[in-house]
Amino acid sequence: MPGSQVLGRLLEGAGITVQVTALAVLLGTVLALAGGLAGLSSRPWVRWVVRIYVELFRGVSAIILLFWVFFALPIMLNIFLSPLHAGVLALGTNMGAYGTELVRGGIQAVPRGQSEAATALNMTYWQRLRHVVFPQALVTMLPPYGSLVIEVLKASSLVSLIALNDLMRQAQTLRVNGTASSPEIFLGVFLLYGLLAGVITLAVRLAERRFGKGLDVGRLARVVK
Amino acid sequence: MSGALLAQGQSQGNWDWAFAREIIPELVAGLRVTVLATLLGILVAMVLGLFLALARRSRRKLISWPVGGLVEFIRSTPLLAQLFFLYFVLPEFGIVLAPMLIGVLGLGIHYGCYTSESYRAGIESVPRGQWEAAVALNMSRAGTWRHIVLPQAIPTVIPALGNYLVAMFKEAPLLSTITVVELLAVARSIQGFTFRGLEPFTLAGLLFLAVSVPAAVLVRYLERRYQYARA
Repeated sequence: MPGSQVLGRLLEGAGITVQVTALAVLLGTVLALAGGLAGLSSRPWVRWVVRIYVELFRGVSAIILLFWVFFALPIMLNIFLSPLHAGVLALGTNMGAYGTELVRGGIQAVPRGQSEAATALNMTYWQRLRHVVFPQALVTMLPPYGSLVIEVLKASSLVSLIALNDLMRQAQTLRVNGTASSPEIFLGVFLLYGLLAGVITLAVRLAERRFGKGLDVGRLARVVK
Repeated sequence: MSGALLAQGQSQGNWDWAFAREIIPELVAGLRVTVLATLLGILVAMVLGLFLALARRSRRKLISWPVGGLVEFIRSTPLLAQLFFLYFVLPEFGIVLAPMLIGVLGLGIHYGCYTSESYRAGIESVPRGQWEAAVALNMSRAGTWRHIVLPQAIPTVIPALGNYLVAMFKEAPLLSTITVVELLAVARSIQGFTFRGLEPFTLAGLLFLAVSVPAAVLVRYLERRYQYARA
């Protein structure tokens, strides 16, 4: 098989990898925002629910969670989960647990006086969050968020173990069929994952620049000033 | 997809306690292998990370640049792909290693790249004056590293190493993909033989949590205590 065809198959797989990663990041981000805010709730039972979610879904590890979601959860609930849904559910809830801590930490890092000043200006909870606290928290949260997204990209390779034709599984298929030499295939695999990670890093840098404008917090504060 | 449907469809039914009790000893034996691989892996990562950090700080760009690039590259590609590479590609170059050894090396190299960043931060946290004082005392460069810088840098790295230990334990089940018979491999083989996925994977998850949650709590506790002690 000529090299271009091997590359074609790998790119096809990379498309699935991007799809799984994007959907899992979407789910994980929603859970992280909800969990991060709920984790700062004044109601103790809400904080406890968040605490338990974080400890369970962070502690169980992505790969064990994936197998449990794919093989055990459908039996418990008597439903069918496609490999894509199982993958997104496992990776997304796992990311959400890490992200919850990140969002909570980011919001807590904004000086209390900011929120108090907003209260003094008669702003509601959501107005304070939307216009005062979150924009400042966002800039400090972005760099670790970027690392988290790269972790999801790497963990997305696990879906190859539940028969989803992502980049990793395409490589395995090519290798087993002997259509190309292994070193050649793996070179392609590593380069594609590296490339995708590079794109994520770049996107986060751009976002930092965009959202860091006019703020004196965050990594790029001095550059923007 | 049809295979997945079949696997899920054939394993209908409620929780079977007798079956669960029967498979627990096998799963616990698997968990021990997972823990062992993690402990050996962190040893590799601790030693390798230090050398990578030193190489990255080298004044010779011919050393520091390629090492830096390699570290970034390993960190941004999946451990699964690296394990497959070691397991399937090395034999083509005549290097055949036992699966457990490959697993420990894979974990150690992957996390060595993470720990090297922590070592680097630890080394950079040593005040410049310490270096200058060592020069003033006419110490050799190697002596400065051994007697002045590293004894101050390494203690600050220990909490980070604890976190990587926990993180590595969470990725150790990946070794099941290269035929190491650890916790997840045991659960998968039970599921394969009996077509019952509910009990093996749920128990595997619970056993896993029974180790990882206390470990994470302990590391956080030590981290806090340690920070107070330093402050």
